[in-house]
Formats: sequence, structure tokens, C-alpha cells
Amino acid sequence: MDRDEFRDGVRGGFPIMVAASPFGALFGALAVDNGFTIADAVFMSAMVYAGASQMVGIELFGNNVQPWLVVLSVFAVNFRHVLYSASIARNIRHFTPVQKFFAFFLLIDPQYAESERRAERGLPVSFSWYLGFGLIIYFPWLITTAIGAVFGQLIGDPRVIGIDVLLPIYFLGLVLGFRKRDRFLPVVAASAGASVLAMHFVGSPWHVSIGALAGVLLAACLPLERPASDIPAVEREA
Amino acid sequence: MDAQHLNLIYLIIAAAVATFATRVGGYVLITQLKHIPPRLEAALNAVPAAVLTTLVAPAFVYGGFDVAASMFVAFAAGLRFSTLRMLLIGWIVVMVIRHLVL
Repeated sequence: MDRDEFRDGVRGGFPIMVAASPFGALFGALAVDNGFTIADAVFMSAMVYAGASQMVGIELFGNNVQPWLVVLSVFAVNFRHVLYSASIARNIRHFTPVQKFFAFFLLIDPQYAESERRAERGLPVSFSWYLGFGLIIYFPWLITTAIGAVFGQLIGDPRVIGIDVLLPIYFLGLVLGFRKRDRFLPVVAASAGASVLAMHFVGSPWHVSIGALAGVLLAACLPLERPASDIPAVEREA
Repeated sequence: MDAQHLNLIYLIIAAAVATFATRVGGYVLITQLKHIPPRLEAALNAVPAAVLTTLVAPAFVYGGFDVAASMFVAFAAGLRFSTLRMLLIGWIVVMVIRHLVL
């Protein structure tokens, strides 16, 4: 375990922890509202650790939807992680099997995006860094879930305190971080168009998978200008 | 613990297993390949922008004027500043619109 790397990870994960905290509290509040105990809510945050799908899960559970459909919906919302785990493979090949287990368990959107960015900058994606980044988000997620579950009613409407814009803006910042990559504009345009249309015609949560597949397929179909693997990521960044 | 509560615990565990499956699935599939074809590599390079965009675009289009305005200003800020400042600026914009303008 490298202390400097771990601390670097903690520092990198800190703003994400801040941005995610209101949503942890919101999840806790909604969970209690839908018939969960405080312990159930924290248990779900600890086991699933995927905010959007947890919200979908408790919403469906509260509406007495059949259990298999709840699990399928959670799977659908989280389907994008299949792409993350395929894409991150290049950067975590040196992890031991146990380290990989924890790495996949902690593989949320910002964890993936920041790992990619770190590799692109030529910095090592060490397990120490990865764990520091993941744990500074994971444990506060459990704590804020508990706080939300206890004080649920105090939060009220998230729109009044403006926290509903934090996640989309945060993800927008992550998207901008990749703007120097090849095919960035066509990929973003395809995903944006497809996800907006899918939201309207198919509905949430399918807009995520449909939009993502549109962008990824387009990238695969566009003419290959140069073999991507020949150019080191650092050089492209420069 | 009554049966109904036990069912909830099982449901949470099933949801956790389904989530973990998505997080390990892509890795398991991709490591079966000895050589990664260039088109697959291009597709994998597109993953971050493609997926994260789907979490942004619908919020911008369907979120209403206040959300769209806040995201637009945050976008402009994001071209120059860090993510933390983007969040702060976007939050200020949406709070001003909601509490002072409308």
C-alpha cells in the first residue's frame, strides 16, 4: 500500500463525495418513505453501491412491483457498467484477483472516469490510488444514507435547495474531461441524440443503455484514421 | 425478522449480485480475447463520453428552463475551471433563478 498514492486518491475523490452526499441522504429518506428500515437503507447502499439504481429499486419496491422486475430494472440501470469494466481492463491488469474484486465492487461512474483520465495522463492507476478514491466516496455514502433515513422528512423537496442539478453538472464535467479524445464530438452527438429520443419514446432507465450503445457503435463504425494503440495516450493528451 | 422483511433482504442481495455482474461482466468478456481488434478498441475509447453523455443530455432537454440555464453556464465554466467550481457556479445559477427570478 503506497500512502502517497492513497492520499492522492482520497484528494481526487473528495469533490465527488461532496457532490454525492445529498443523493445519499435523498436515497435514505426515500427508502424509509417506501417502507425500508434505517438498517435496510444502509444495507442496500453498502451492498449495491449504485445511486441511480438504488433510487429506481426502492421506487419500484414501494409500488409493490414483482421482485424479479425490480432486480431486472436495477440490472438495466447499471448495464453501462459492463462497458466500464470492459474498458478499464487495460488499466487494472496488474491488480491481484482480490484487488480486482474490490475494484469491480467500487466501479461507479466517477471511479471509472477518473481512472481513465489518470491513465490518459500517463499516471499509474495503482490499487492504492484506486482504493483511496473509492473509499472516500463509499463510506460517506453509507453515512449520508443513514442521516437521510433518520432525518428524511427534514430534507423536503430537493429542488428548493438546488441539489437536483449537481449530478448532471458533475457528469457534464466528466464528459468535458474527455474532449481531447478522437471522435469526441460525433460520439457525444450520437449519445446525446439517442438518449434524448429514447427518454421520450422508450423511457427511463433504458435511455442510458440505448444512448451509450449509439455512441459506442458509431465510434466502432467510423473510419479508422490511425491505429489507436500505436499512439501512447500521453502523446495524444499533449 | 418476519418473512416479508426477509424477502426484502433477499431482494437487496439479488440487486447487489445483478449490479456486481455488470461491473465484472465486461472485464470477463474482454479478457477472453487474445488480441483486441482496432474497431473494438475505438469503441472502448468512446465509452466514457458515450455513457456519461446519456446522464447529461436528457436532464438538459427535459429538466426545464432553470436546469438548462444552470447546465449551460456550468458548461461554459467547465471549459476553463475545475469540476468543483462548475458545481458551485451551476448551483448558484439555479438557486438565483428559483428563488430570485421566478
